[in-house]
Amino acid sequence: MSSRAGPGFSLRVTSGLNSSEWTGKTKHLPEMRLVPRVALFPTCLVDVMRPAVGFAAARLLEQAGCAVTVPEGLTCCGQPAFNSGDRKTARTLARRTMARLKDFDFVVIPSGSCAGMMVQHYPELFAPDTEDHAAARDLAARCHELTQFLVRVIKVEKLAAEFPARATYHDSCAGLRELGIKTEPRQLLRQVAGVSLTEMADAEVCCGFGGTFCVKYPDISTRMVDKKVEKIIASGADTLVAGDLGCLMNMAGRLKRLGSDIKVRHVAEVLAGDHETPPMADEGGDAA
Amino acid sequence: MQPESIRFKELAARALADEPLQRSMVATGPHFVLKRAKARVALPEFDELRDAARDIKNHVLAHLDVYLEKFEAQVQAAGGHVHWAATAEDARAIILKIAAEKRARIITKGKSMVSEEIGLNEALAAAGHDPVETDLGEYLIQIRGERPSHIIAPAVHLRREQIEADFRRVHDQFNPARDLSQIPALVEEARRVLRQKYLDADIGITGANFLVAETGSCIVVTNEGNGDLTRLLPKTHIVVTAIEKVVPTLEDASTLLRVLARSATGQDFSTYTTLMTGPRRTGDPDGPEEFHVVLLDNGRSNVLGTVFQDMLRCIRCGACLNHCPVYQAVGGHAYGWVYPGPIGSVVTPALIGIENAANLPNASTFCGRCEEVCPVRIPLPRLLRHWREQEFEKHLTPPAVRSGLWAWAFLAQRPGLYVLAMRLAARFLKWRGKNGRIAILPLASGWTRTRDFPAAQGKTFTELWRERQS
Repeated sequence: MSSRAGPGFSLRVTSGLNSSEWTGKTKHLPEMRLVPRVALFPTCLVDVMRPAVGFAAARLLEQAGCAVTVPEGLTCCGQPAFNSGDRKTARTLARRTMARLKDFDFVVIPSGSCAGMMVQHYPELFAPDTEDHAAARDLAARCHELTQFLVRVIKVEKLAAEFPARATYHDSCAGLRELGIKTEPRQLLRQVAGVSLTEMADAEVCCGFGGTFCVKYPDISTRMVDKKVEKIIASGADTLVAGDLGCLMNMAGRLKRLGSDIKVRHVAEVLAGDHETPPMADEGGDAA
Repeated sequence: MQPESIRFKELAARALADEPLQRSMVATGPHFVLKRAKARVALPEFDELRDAARDIKNHVLAHLDVYLEKFEAQVQAAGGHVHWAATAEDARAIILKIAAEKRARIITKGKSMVSEEIGLNEALAAAGHDPVETDLGEYLIQIRGERPSHIIAPAVHLRREQIEADFRRVHDQFNPARDLSQIPALVEEARRVLRQKYLDADIGITGANFLVAETGSCIVVTNEGNGDLTRLLPKTHIVVTAIEKVVPTLEDASTLLRVLARSATGQDFSTYTTLMTGPRRTGDPDGPEEFHVVLLDNGRSNVLGTVFQDMLRCIRCGACLNHCPVYQAVGGHAYGWVYPGPIGSVVTPALIGIENAANLPNASTFCGRCEEVCPVRIPLPRLLRHWREQEFEKHLTPPAVRSGLWAWAFLAQRPGLYVLAMRLAARFLKWRGKNGRIAILPLASGWTRTRDFPAAQGKTFTELWRERQS
């Protein structure tokens, strides 16, 4: 149950996907609206590196009965500034982002890291009892990581997708520890026909990406991803799945450099049944 | 020893290439993690105890002066002496004065991180005394001239073969042909050497895990019983400790003890928990004639009332080290001073200055596992981030990082330009790719030296989305 959706809120997908109905009231929503307006925040990495993830997320949201918008004028959530100690820039970008996302019932992000920034850290950026703080709290209440939104808010119980894969799921740190995402992606993956899940050891241990960490401390980062890759391979999975593109790029990059043929995909791609996009850092990926 | 934290990168590179160290880390790291996990499951109220532990420490820090004065009064009432040391130098001077008065030769020592922090062994040796560490791990690093590499397991970086070689080098009183191929033989030899030292010592110095204000007691936990022998056998006992270790009552200490060992080693309780109150009383079968407590500040009070205050809750269990993937990759010596791992990266800048420890707060992925396991719920990633903010404000951030950040911030605040830059980047990162991956990327050699960089799809998501909508 999401505590962030506001009191009394409930949205039910009654039979499969596509049919939804509102019951109850929420301070964010007019009582009778049948279709929640969702802003999809694509994240910088999805925007530049892998639009397929954005489209997969959009498809999942539309199938769940949401009206999806990608708002104009979005840039970055400001996390790189925040984590580099530049609070001033982080605040500026947070204000911009909050302004552009204020008119939506929900903001959904295919990344635990960027969602964690908005949900956990935006409110920390502003002094209590300021308008900015109120806006940050308001956004935090409406903002969700994709799998968490589908499971906790929409309560999706059946996905239409089919995707043959023996998959192992890596818990990205921010999603796991800032947002408590653990069961949601696995619950959804089990709904996809053809997916069998196998747990790797230490699924909750960091892959060594860490944003700028991986280029500031490349040797340590490499040692960390080596340990991760060892566990991924030992799991016997043919597909590595996670919810954050940064971590995925790191793990895919190391797997491929080591000559592994394990396929690497964002969880949204698998949930949406996107077979067409080649796996990350894989043959044909440049021809998509 | 002079702090070398500023050389973190170089020390980390050396650690990554250190085969015995790497084998030790792989052998011990998962062990601690598993033990803590089991201990946690076995005690259903463990997480509630952590809340209680956090609250006790917060309460103490809000009233630190009151409890320290109460503690002082109770130590004096029990016949002991309390010395206030504002700096490491003051603490050394106080202890050296006592040692000189007693004309001390051998000084046995229980494990104490504060003693490492003030460089006590070097000072004692320089003044002609003979300090002997009695915790086995501390003894090993003492004979090697090293710093501890872990808060509770100071010699965790060592392999048996290294220890055997050290013993053969240092213990020349024994038969060179003796068999030291098994760990019990090493332990037995260390015991034989140390037993005589306990009996010969003029002064015993221990640390303290907790100071109890209501009774004036110092509590020390060990797994070897060396704390008791160090306390009881010499005529003078000195406790060297720091101001944040005080707790109001024995009941509070009990709560903290319940989370300490479980977090540290996964034990329900350490093998020995020793309460030390004043000198030997009339009728006591044993105990020291004189009892001193040295209370070190060394920068801690500057942290009170700041965003960094939470670090003073630390009870030095080492769980954050055991669970930190960075610590587990490079070990403790890479951190360059006394306190390694996540808590070290938070405490060290406070004690030696952020300008002398600039790398430490950055050497974290903010994975958050440290905070997740901390028995007193210190928000370690948040504190590390606050240090990064200080670095940024003081212009200690490396120029390359700073200018990169500036350029990125410039774009991110101008959506028109940002869109253009992203489109260019998407095209470039597709064009550079071959078979879906990029083998060499300018300005990102740190990545591509060991990892491929996935190729981009060519157009940005927002671009394709708008195309599709129109």
